[in-house]
Amino acid sequence: MSQTMKSFHKHKYYYVLLLPGIIYFILFKYIPMGGIAIAFQDFRITGSVFNSPWAGLKWFNILFESPDFWVALRNTVIISFYKLIFNFPAPIILALLLNELINGAFKRIVQTIIYFPHFVSWVVLGSILFSVFSVDTGVTKLLGLSTSPIMNPDAFRGFLVGSEMWKEVGWGTVIYLAAIAGVNPEQYEAAKIDGANRFQLIRHVTLPAIASTIVVLLILRTGQILNVGFDQIFILYNPLVYNVADVLETYVYRVGLTMGRFSLATAAGLFQAVVGLCLLVFTNWLVKRMGERGLW
Amino acid sequence: MIQKGWGERTFEAGNILFLALLSLVTLYPLWHEISISLSSAAGAMRGGLFLFPRGFTLDAYKSVLSSSFIWLAYRNSIIVAVAGTILHVLFTATTAYALNKRSLPGVKAMTLLVLFTMIFSGGMIPTYLLVKTLGLTNTLWALMLPGMISAFNVIVMQSFMRTIPDEVEESASMDGANPLRIFFTIILPLCKPVIATIALWECVGLWNNFMQALIYLNDKELFTLPLLLKEIIAGQQLATDTGQFTTFAAESAIAATVIVSIVPILAVYPFLQKYFMKGTMLGSVKS
Repeated sequence: MSQTMKSFHKHKYYYVLLLPGIIYFILFKYIPMGGIAIAFQDFRITGSVFNSPWAGLKWFNILFESPDFWVALRNTVIISFYKLIFNFPAPIILALLLNELINGAFKRIVQTIIYFPHFVSWVVLGSILFSVFSVDTGVTKLLGLSTSPIMNPDAFRGFLVGSEMWKEVGWGTVIYLAAIAGVNPEQYEAAKIDGANRFQLIRHVTLPAIASTIVVLLILRTGQILNVGFDQIFILYNPLVYNVADVLETYVYRVGLTMGRFSLATAAGLFQAVVGLCLLVFTNWLVKRMGERGLW
Repeated sequence: MIQKGWGERTFEAGNILFLALLSLVTLYPLWHEISISLSSAAGAMRGGLFLFPRGFTLDAYKSVLSSSFIWLAYRNSIIVAVAGTILHVLFTATTAYALNKRSLPGVKAMTLLVLFTMIFSGGMIPTYLLVKTLGLTNTLWALMLPGMISAFNVIVMQSFMRTIPDEVEESASMDGANPLRIFFTIILPLCKPVIATIALWECVGLWNNFMQALIYLNDKELFTLPLLLKEIIAGQQLATDTGQFTTFAAESAIAATVIVSIVPILAVYPFLQKYFMKGTMLGSVKS
């Protein structure tokens, strides 16, 4: 006992520094995790998690029988899958292309321009995109389209993927460029002496150098597969495309906060979080089995 | 100098062309919006490429800036971005510093406690109910406190702090300074690069934060810029009805609001850029 007290006294200032952080994480991260209990209760906004009657798996049954939920889940998986296929490799390719530029000034100008959209919110970009792709005032007609892709159910998912790529591909290169910058120049020299051409240098020196970064980002990305990005969808979608664009995040928002069905929305949110966690753990396991370094 | 092959030169030219095109495609929408915001109502309604404003006028800006709500939203966004960033940086730093003390009893458990929040969370509804219970809904605190520390930034900060030699602290504690003093007078100043990076990320994030503003704010006096902008777009008609926008130049008025709301980002962008590489070096240290 006195040993503990002594140790505590010796370290008291560190605990003082740590205290706000620990309070924060418990209050704003762990208490909401406890709040997940309302997915198993008949929760009303007038009650609390402590006095609401238990409902077992009732809300999960309702959820899995609701056609809206399946539509949202289907859209989430499809949109997320498209984004993974197209938007995950895009910054890798772009980083390799940027790295091949010999003219430093041109490279900096390109970087300055393509990083910018990352710093602008989806609300702002949304209104710009509405204007640019408006049938009346935008470039839609010039592109040979009769309707705006934002209003067209067949084109909307593609538009989501494309607009996200446009916004994030530049900024996405930053982490790969940093990894490439860490490559020892002697490796390139040695490969050149061995007669490697430019494409062989990319293939055998640059790519292996960023492989571990790619793996880490891929694992993290897999854990996010059911998170499409609330802002983008919420800003861009509209009644014409609800059927192809409603995703789990917008579903949870609508059911929970607009309709006030808190238990049902929490059940949907829990489903989303658990699937994400399982995918993350699974990918990490898979990656380690393949002999790469995982997250833990 | 080794002679470059035909294939390599084609690749080089194609690469330059492609990246130049990409830059143009990135710039165009922004330029389109600026042009519309400076166009007359009639000019804005005509479609096609906007390479220049049509019927140059500042009317849209006059109309937007005469609305009292845009100034309130500006004020709210600045409060959230500045105060939120200060809170975020300060408490991320204190947490990271203490968690770096390997000899601290319980430090492993507390590190796990922090890291676990990166892979699992309570979700939107339980967090909303907590914020509501705490009485923070319809206050600007709701935009700052729930995201006050991020586990990711704690890790970034920790890895930077590990690069500070132990001798720096040791000599200070031999002079009788306690850890609080050491943290504020020695460690924080040495962490300037990482603090600048995290502060800029966080500041931009808070400035652009839409979802939390949407969920937590009802009172129009408390709206931040993204929420106001969304409301203007959604309720264009309503805004006209309530006399916020007296002209019919809705297109150009929205465009002007958009430009007004990104001016601060444009202003800090060159400064931000200085920290690009530094920030990502820190990010890659993490993995």
